[in-house]
Amino acid sequence: MLIAASLFCTGLYMVLTKSNAIQVLIGIEFMINAAIINLVAFGKYDKHNNGGQVFALFAIVLAAAASAVALAIILNVYRRFKTIDPAKINELKN
Amino acid sequence: MEQGIFVFLGIVTVTSAWFVAASQNLVRAVFMFFVTLFSIAGLYVFALADFVAITQIVIYVGGVLVLMLFTFMLSSKETLEKLEERKHKYFSLKQLPALLVAIAFLLVLVNAIFKLHPDHLQWITQSQNNTFQPQDNTVTNIGINLMTSYLLPFEAISILLMMALIGAAHLARKEQGND
Repeated sequence: MLIAASLFCTGLYMVLTKSNAIQVLIGIEFMINAAIINLVAFGKYDKHNNGGQVFALFAIVLAAAASAVALAIILNVYRRFKTIDPAKINELKN
Repeated sequence: MEQGIFVFLGIVTVTSAWFVAASQNLVRAVFMFFVTLFSIAGLYVFALADFVAITQIVIYVGGVLVLMLFTFMLSSKETLEKLEERKHKYFSLKQLPALLVAIAFLLVLVNAIFKLHPDHLQWITQSQNNTFQPQDNTVTNIGINLMTSYLLPFEAISILLMMALIGAAHLARKEQGND
């Protein structure tokens, strides 16, 4: 759990500081992974129902789907603005 | 021995995550992310969840990381050149508030964990015969549970995954000339 906590905070730091959308995305993935570590660690005590492990699987699939969509959005944003710095993208529709 | 390997995996996880956060070079960051994901899979094995560990390796390392490398190579040529200039500045002043927020939140979490005493929680001390043993076969049980008691979330997540794939393909297609 200490590992999960420090991983989560590293992800939080990355999300807040980075000037690159892909690095922000890696930070979000760290935070999701920290949550999954806790799910799996306590899923050890649930042998018959497998609640922790099954929902860890669901969370992994969700994270993969979310990152796929986010990377597609990043590609589109790059095609339109020629940058992937989130601080420089300042209009939604031109 | 096992405790030593566990501690080693934990240290590898946390230090490679810090390296990813501190590195200005995105390619190195992505490859250290690779190391972090592998050691997280190792930690899952220590929690006796081998199926989740395999899934982690297949999905993250095989899917997400390749996708990230693709996006990186397609998008950020001039970002790479800009990053090369200021490579020696690891912690600049504008990152200080975020660092403070992260450290404060870490202190809150660590404090909560130490006050919780996870080994003495009631439902954990009561689950002595419900705990995984290292010689158990977990994959069979996971498969049976996934198709019986977790069938509704399974179907929901499959529909959501299909929606995400179609949406990603729709977003990433070539723009038509009509806008």
